[in-house]
Amino acid sequence: MRTNTLLRGMTQARYGRRDMLKLSAMAAAGLGLSACGVSGQKQEAVAADDFWQGKKETGSLRFANWPLYIDSKRTQLKQFTKETGIKVDYREDVQDIAAFAGKLQPQLANGDSTGYDMFVLTNGIELARFLALGYLAPLDHGRMPNFTDNVGDAYRNNSYDPGNKHTAPYASGITGIAYNPKYVDREITSIADLWDPKFKGKVGMMSDPQEIANFGLLLNGVNPAESTESDWQAAAEKLKQQRDDGIVRSYYAQDFVQPLTNGDVWLSMAWSGDIYQQNAEAGTDLKFVVPEEGATIWTDVMCVPTTSEAPVDALKLIDFLYRPEIAAGLTEYITYITPVPEAQEVLREQAQQASGGKREDLERLVESPLVFPAEEDYARLHNYVALEPGQEKSFTSKFHAVTQA
Amino acid sequence: MRRKLTPYLLALPGWAWLALFFVVPLAGMISLSLTSGNVITGFTQTFNVGNYVEAITTYSEQLVRSLLYGLGATLICVAIGYPAAYWIAFHGGKHKSTYLLLILLPFFVSFVLRTISWKFTLSDNGVVLGTLKTIGLLPADFSVLNTAPAVVLGLAYNFLPFMVLPIYAVLERMDHRVVEAAHDLYASKLQAFLRVVLPISLPGVFAGGLMTFIPTTADYVNASVLGGPGNTMIGSIIKTQYLVNNDYPIAAAITFVLMAVLLIGIFSYARALGTERVMEVQAK
Repeated sequence: MRTNTLLRGMTQARYGRRDMLKLSAMAAAGLGLSACGVSGQKQEAVAADDFWQGKKETGSLRFANWPLYIDSKRTQLKQFTKETGIKVDYREDVQDIAAFAGKLQPQLANGDSTGYDMFVLTNGIELARFLALGYLAPLDHGRMPNFTDNVGDAYRNNSYDPGNKHTAPYASGITGIAYNPKYVDREITSIADLWDPKFKGKVGMMSDPQEIANFGLLLNGVNPAESTESDWQAAAEKLKQQRDDGIVRSYYAQDFVQPLTNGDVWLSMAWSGDIYQQNAEAGTDLKFVVPEEGATIWTDVMCVPTTSEAPVDALKLIDFLYRPEIAAGLTEYITYITPVPEAQEVLREQAQQASGGKREDLERLVESPLVFPAEEDYARLHNYVALEPGQEKSFTSKFHAVTQA
Repeated sequence: MRRKLTPYLLALPGWAWLALFFVVPLAGMISLSLTSGNVITGFTQTFNVGNYVEAITTYSEQLVRSLLYGLGATLICVAIGYPAAYWIAFHGGKHKSTYLLLILLPFFVSFVLRTISWKFTLSDNGVVLGTLKTIGLLPADFSVLNTAPAVVLGLAYNFLPFMVLPIYAVLERMDHRVVEAAHDLYASKLQAFLRVVLPISLPGVFAGGLMTFIPTTADYVNASVLGGPGNTMIGSIIKTQYLVNNDYPIAAAITFVLMAVLLIGIFSYARALGTERVMEVQAK
């Protein structure tokens, strides 16, 4: 009997006059809540001197980076700890820039710590947004002697952060075309090959709006740097036609290497270093080409959030990575383009001193145009489309309509 | 007095939990779905119903597709899960718990990892298709990966235990004498199943259906890993709008459209199966 009362008490609604009053009060509260929006998420910009004043070394720092962006023994970080005593908590948490940045956004908007004292972002929409919102600490170049001495001009005169006020390059890469000669019986030379009906259902494209936009634009003969909204529309149409003709197998965020190796796709948009690594480690013979219409060059940059708890330590590590021998060690493992040109010389010397297979590996690396592009190669490489504030939505929605149909 | 308050006090933690982590965020999201602006200047409340119009007109295709994929996966789960649950409950003998553990075993591996391993299984030249092609059962250009069937199969695979367990729980509890009674009254095996066992197990099917249909419809992992062009599900759109574009109002509006559609679907489903009555009977 008693349990029944209890059950009824818990499950049945009993409305009285008082409850109605309470309900209407709640409704009023709800309306009050809905009347306010979400305020702007912009942080006040700080001058470099003000930001760094009184900041002290803490002896430890947390660093988020892409997976496979340093060897598994963390050789360079260990050396850094040995020299400076600063411990580095290194995490491979950047798997998808958009998701990573999206996760940090609310914390940065509130001025809270993100759990990272420095992280790596690619020079795309998310970086532009973080810069516009004032989330990244101004770098104190006075504390970065190695940067000043060793970083190549191409990385200083960049379009995404001129003068490197808030970002420091970690590595660059080329987005070109990779193909598997086991299945493709001719030489691939151009972006137009990705539209060839002969490869129906066997072509991989990238899902990132900026990556895929560049290929559509270059195919249409448009320089991404000078592209307008109507060019984007035309590029999106071209890409839609490729999709609707059944040529595209899948739009990849970053996992195109396995399908290329398996033969699920025969040719695909690809990042240079991933193909280089796959060939070196799995013994595959994937080809990588910079198509005749041109290709994309991007840069992964290190940045320190304004809410970093160890900015001084972070800046020390950033500068440490620009020592030629350190940059050379990183390049040997990650096989992407280093911002420190002198690293090539260091690796060449190491190759001469090495012997056997190690020597061959190093020589191949030093001579590779994918890792150390020549001046004339740079001429064919384009940055992502630089978006003015407010153009983001119009741009991304055009290309999401292609990749997320 | 104290006795009168007891039920409320007992229910208090549950209500507080729901209020704090469900009602408050939900109210916030409803509010957000009616704002306009962007992430840089901030979102201001303008009671902009246009967000809902945009959500429905732009993404109706993905919404309908998600419902169909969810439905397909749920039907596959019933087709596979019901016989499995039936067999374990009635013929499992003393190894019942071992069989249940086997059903649950894949859950010990991360969801994403399980889905990715399907990529290898379904690969054009992988273990399954490669073998079938070698012995000539399939044409050389046949593929499953990056198609709608791959997504639906992946969904069904990942959510199968949610169907098996509730059905098993109902069948396990069933009084076997009712089946004997049916046979005594000259019911054939099929008639006994259709007219006695099946109606009794309906609440399990109903619960299993909800527990597979809702998460499969909103899932975004399977479509992005196993799907191809034209297989995008609404969950991926919400994720992109929220995390990539930071277009919170649209993301919130799509979420509520999805929620409304699911609720309508569930109520009509409950009506159709007449489960409320079934549950009442059970409760007595």
